[in-house]
Amino acid sequence: MRRIVTALAGTVTALVMLFGYHTSTAGSGTTAAVPSAPLTTGNSGSGSSGSSSSSTSGASGGGTQTYTGDTVQTQWGPVQVQIAVTGGEITDVTTLQHPSGNPRDEEINAYALPVLRESALSAQSADFDLVSGATVTSQGYVGSLQSALDQANL
Amino acid sequence: MTGTPAPPVRRSEHRAWVEQLMGMPVSIHLRGDGARSATADARVQAVFDELRAVEVLFSPYRADSQVSAIDRGELSVADAHPLVREVVDLCRTAATLTGGLFDAWRPVRAVRPVRPVEGAAPGTRRFDPTGLVKGWAVQRAADHLGAGLSCDVAVNAGGDVAAKRDPRPDAAAARWRVGIEDPAEPTRVLAVLPLVSGGVATSGTAHRGRHLVDPQDGAAAAALASVTVTGPSLLWADVLATAAFVAGEGALDLVGGVPGYAALVVGLDGGVTQSDDLVRLR
Repeated sequence: MRRIVTALAGTVTALVMLFGYHTSTAGSGTTAAVPSAPLTTGNSGSGSSGSSSSSTSGASGGGTQTYTGDTVQTQWGPVQVQIAVTGGEITDVTTLQHPSGNPRDEEINAYALPVLRESALSAQSADFDLVSGATVTSQGYVGSLQSALDQANL
Repeated sequence: MTGTPAPPVRRSEHRAWVEQLMGMPVSIHLRGDGARSATADARVQAVFDELRAVEVLFSPYRADSQVSAIDRGELSVADAHPLVREVVDLCRTAATLTGGLFDAWRPVRAVRPVRPVEGAAPGTRRFDPTGLVKGWAVQRAADHLGAGLSCDVAVNAGGDVAAKRDPRPDAAAARWRVGIEDPAEPTRVLAVLPLVSGGVATSGTAHRGRHLVDPQDGAAAAALASVTVTGPSLLWADVLATAAFVAGEGALDLVGGVPGYAALVVGLDGGVTQSDDLVRLR
């Protein structure tokens, strides 16, 4: 269960990663690498404060629970995700809020959000600790998720 | 994420932190008895601070960085910060090591499009050590973490990984399992590379457009899908991965010529070649 909860932290953080990366490449060159949201460290495991927390909704049948992440403010707008967990596995990832409003946002969402979902669904069974790759977007996501799983010792 | 009840069994000590630095997600991972100490927290934050300071010195995107000042001709290398001088020396070594395939002094048309190039004369070279700074800074971060903590450490900066094993002589050598991303399907991992100490770097163009260029002519390199290099230092693994990607067909030979380093090369057709069966493919 720890794996599930901490995976959520990974998810929230990863969204910041995804949009943060695009910010740095799509910008004019003057705003690179400026995080606009407190980037969480996931579950610190030692009770230290983080900017991300989850709320757990009651099971809605079939043993599925949903976990909703905090809203994270990014330079591109607020981001919030929810995961569904059944039988100890992430079964769905839903984006409750994401930046929108201009064509660039839509372009990012069209690419990043499916990657986010796929990564969360596949990475839960990952047998690796870290990912080396050229794709900063998905790597950032998978890596972040994996870092959260690490903290849960899973 | 603080509302989780403690699990009934003792967890082994794994912790991780993530921050957005140098335009990419940077995660620090600690494993071992020392991972949960107050020293670990302080050391991790110090290393993140150090990386932020590196960014201030080296970012080509910041007009106030020393690299930008050198590029504009307003600052000489001799007058620059000692770390900048160190990196300039390393850039020269890297150019020699790779036969010019890695070169921080790039032709103008090779410079990233987000950087202004107006006023530059044809044939002008611009100073952009970004391709070396990342590996250097991340290896340095891992070294600094590893020197002060009784645990295994790994730092992953946008897909390039540096690891240091627990320095205590009686410590068990835990391996980090580094998944190598499939360039054709970034949610998939091609292979898993075990890493105790050292670096793993991947260069490629997947989903980012062609961002690697041949420093000789500024043309985009496009003969391979990705090159992953591993060896004792992320600094050189990263430099070699960049150069090998540019080298194309000569990628394995280039990396094989440097003692201690090995490569996994993915072709545009998805075919994989590697040094001495580096990893077992899935």
